[in-house]
Amino acid sequence: MRGASQGQRRKGWGRGGASMTESPAVALNAAAEAIRVQNVRRSFRSGQRTVEALAGVTACATRSRITGLVGPDGAGKTTLMRLIAGLLLADSGRIEVLGVDVAREPLAVQARLGYMPQRFGLYEDLTVRENLDLYADLQNLAPGGRAARYAELMRMTGLEPFLSRMAGRLSGGMKQKLGLACTLVNPPALLLLDEPTVGVDPVSRRELWQIIEHLVRDQQTTVLFSTAYLDEAERCAHVLLMHEGRLLGSGPPQDFMAEMSGRSFFASAPIDRRALQEILAGTAGVIDTVIQGGRVRLVTAASPDPRAIAARVPGLTLTPVPPRFEDSFVARLRTPGTSGEARPAPGATGTATAGASRTGRPRGAVISLQHVTRRFGAFTAVDDVSFEVARGEVFGLLGANGAGKSTTFRMLCGLLPPSAGALRVAGFDLRTAAAIARRRIGYMAQRFSLYGDLTVLQNLTFFASVYGLSGPAQARRIEWAMTEFVLGPLLAAKASDLPLGFKQRLALACALMHEPEILFLDEPTSGVDPLARREFWRRIGALAVSGGTVLVTTHFMEEAEYCDRLLIMSEGRVLTEGTPDAIKAAARRAEFPDPTLEDAFIAAIGTRGAAAA
Amino acid sequence: MSFSSRRLFGLMRKESLQIGRDPSALAIAFVLPAVLLFVFGFGVSLDARHVPVALVVQAPDAVTASFTGRLNRSTYFEPTTYRSIQRARRALAARKVQAIIWLRSDFTPRAESSGNAPIGVFVDGVDANTARIIEGYLRQVWANWLVAAARRGGKPAPMAVAEEPRVRFNAEVRSRNYLVPGLIAVIMTLTGALLTALVIAREWERGTMEALMVTPVTVAEILLAKLTPYFLLGMGGMLVSVALAVFLFAVPLHGSILVLTGCSALFMLASLGMGLLISSAARTQFAAGQIAIIATFLPAFILSGFVFDIGSMPAIIQLMTHLIAARYFVSILQSVFLAGDIRAVILPNAAALALMAALFLALARARARKRLD
Repeated sequence: MRGASQGQRRKGWGRGGASMTESPAVALNAAAEAIRVQNVRRSFRSGQRTVEALAGVTACATRSRITGLVGPDGAGKTTLMRLIAGLLLADSGRIEVLGVDVAREPLAVQARLGYMPQRFGLYEDLTVRENLDLYADLQNLAPGGRAARYAELMRMTGLEPFLSRMAGRLSGGMKQKLGLACTLVNPPALLLLDEPTVGVDPVSRRELWQIIEHLVRDQQTTVLFSTAYLDEAERCAHVLLMHEGRLLGSGPPQDFMAEMSGRSFFASAPIDRRALQEILAGTAGVIDTVIQGGRVRLVTAASPDPRAIAARVPGLTLTPVPPRFEDSFVARLRTPGTSGEARPAPGATGTATAGASRTGRPRGAVISLQHVTRRFGAFTAVDDVSFEVARGEVFGLLGANGAGKSTTFRMLCGLLPPSAGALRVAGFDLRTAAAIARRRIGYMAQRFSLYGDLTVLQNLTFFASVYGLSGPAQARRIEWAMTEFVLGPLLAAKASDLPLGFKQRLALACALMHEPEILFLDEPTSGVDPLARREFWRRIGALAVSGGTVLVTTHFMEEAEYCDRLLIMSEGRVLTEGTPDAIKAAARRAEFPDPTLEDAFIAAIGTRGAAAA
Repeated sequence: MSFSSRRLFGLMRKESLQIGRDPSALAIAFVLPAVLLFVFGFGVSLDARHVPVALVVQAPDAVTASFTGRLNRSTYFEPTTYRSIQRARRALAARKVQAIIWLRSDFTPRAESSGNAPIGVFVDGVDANTARIIEGYLRQVWANWLVAAARRGGKPAPMAVAEEPRVRFNAEVRSRNYLVPGLIAVIMTLTGALLTALVIAREWERGTMEALMVTPVTVAEILLAKLTPYFLLGMGGMLVSVALAVFLFAVPLHGSILVLTGCSALFMLASLGMGLLISSAARTQFAAGQIAIIATFLPAFILSGFVFDIGSMPAIIQLMTHLIAARYFVSILQSVFLAGDIRAVILPNAAALALMAALFLALARARARKRLD
């Protein structure tokens, strides 16, 4: 165990920053690479099947840089992180971290490592200070040096005022910052962050990134940062793009984007954007279409012919836009040959929910909130909120953690009565007819509420019967779900064994079993791979076209772009309401000519903060 | 692997803070023991007192009256007189009485001629334990009456030896006196195995264990930091239970506190060893709770000799009880409380406890890894 004691003895390294001295054994690999992963395989048994989490991955991470481990859920990011941290052993292959073979000397590596697992291990029943103390003890930090270190960490994270608060009572963003502070108590040479920004609102997300960027700049820390948000790849110095246990690409994000230059456009035409998307998606040479506000963003195959595309729709204008990281991921996933997204447009067959055609009622407010307030004791979670959602609309409810989204959502589902104000859903007052209104609602949670031990068919049958469908009516809906969501071949598979994209399809099918007029979605596609996300939102779009109403809560800006209208909440109040384009336009400044929705969101919340101060 | 007292004390401080703030830990450590003690101290009694019995006398006379008088004076029975055996049987079936005592018409003649007058006894056998107790008491009342009757008549005693029982070590034959000490073993199992397995599983569930694993902390430090606070908590629970037993339930304590504490410490270590071992296999609180209850709590309840006498179990079950640490501890407890520091009982049982503690702790140490797989 010589390596371990060596790690212990050299406790003093790194505090000052770049003045890192290396022992001769380590110096061999000191050149550039902090992590070297060579042909690593690792599989897990899950029930009767074996899942190959990593199928032969070879990758490197450079010192003093941020390396992004980017990919959707199920790509193998967490497994790779755990292998690097010495928490798992590889089936085959070799991993060297800071010049040490992790499998042989995990403690030597762990002594120099900061690791923040996905659900970071904060002790929620300890205060911020006690959590810091524990990690300082675990890192064997002498009490003398702590005061200065704590002060620095608190300044960095802005947690100073909360030192004696229980960690469990911090907001999601603050918990992540505390988790980061705990792993940084003794400045590590290598920082492993496993999806630190998941479930964190855009404001806190930006702050976390700033902290990490400072760390790399000031202390030369090496960072491995995993994320399912593809837009975060653009902030990394180097990206390892993963999908289903394989490395799809490796290099600076600019390289990924350079491959795509000249292939991305905004398309607008004087027809409905969803109809436009359907047409463009079926056009040869187009590999990707995404609704962005009022326009459609499209990506073409390697040699685009803009005129051929423009000829498909009268009055179409194509504006070239800079490529995004996601474009290259989508381009890599679309196998050559299946050009375009050509497949029958979901819902176009008219089998999806058709509230409007069924009742023949005119477009009108299906959801309406008037001066709704909800108090919990002295705390006002929702404060005088009013808005209306029209039939056939996709409406987004946005807000930071603790903005009052979930409370509003629960009131709309009839699970929580308002303290004041009136709520009507599908024409029913939720105070008096919550049960009837609830029958008109379909709900799909972020963590799909499927029964993992039941098969696909059993899940469908169960959800159908819960909503009172039996006999031929039930058979008809199950038949519909099988064809519409292409679940037929998987009927006998256990829900827990399905790939993520199929789980999501099944969850949506279950939520639509009883043909609800209104569909509630809670961050439905966070972490899902971009292709599955596109497929999902096309279904939702088709649903809206056929008269269904969709309400989405999210702090994932990608999802917000798909909405017809958005409402941004903060601290229980409505900040702003409008179409994604209008909200972006309001945030336009001279120095910010083309703000993203995230910029606009942060600006909206920032303005309010400034006004309150 | 290098050992660091700063890491160890940091972890132990964290553990103590959590125990102090966690209502469920305090409930398992103090509320549950108190409830169990009250239930077993006041509620459950394995003694038969004031048992309702039916009395059928076919030919009442002075001789039968002297027998029924004796029955009436006994604190064990509450006799009710029935006119016919049929009615008495109906009362037995309706569970109004738990036994029938039938003095047939030949009772007096036979008592006067041979000095041996048989009585008919029917006992409700649904509760086998109570049935046996009733039968035993009745046999005693009857035998005593026969002896007294023979003496009165100047005849020799009808049986060669009349019973003259003298109970030692629990002179009042109060079941509370052996239930309450035995209960201490069950209570310590709760803290040692159940609570320990639960809190470690909770660290897995909340992801705190994964974060701990990637710090330079060693497995030995993690285990030691779990062991120490819960050891103290368990010993605290033991002292509270002993105080309640002695002062509230007036259970005599004939042995020394020192022997009691020493043996309790050994049992606590064995219990903690089981808790740690369970937590190395179970990573959800649900699984840990289930395993701990089935593998430690229920055996401590059923197979330790705390309620049910091991000597009257089938041979194979008797053999199995040797695998249960609580069995040795219950023997020690009952001996220390009711008889005193009897070396012949304490030493072998304490040795068995020490062996089991060493075995479980060594297994737990060997199975604990700084890995997730």
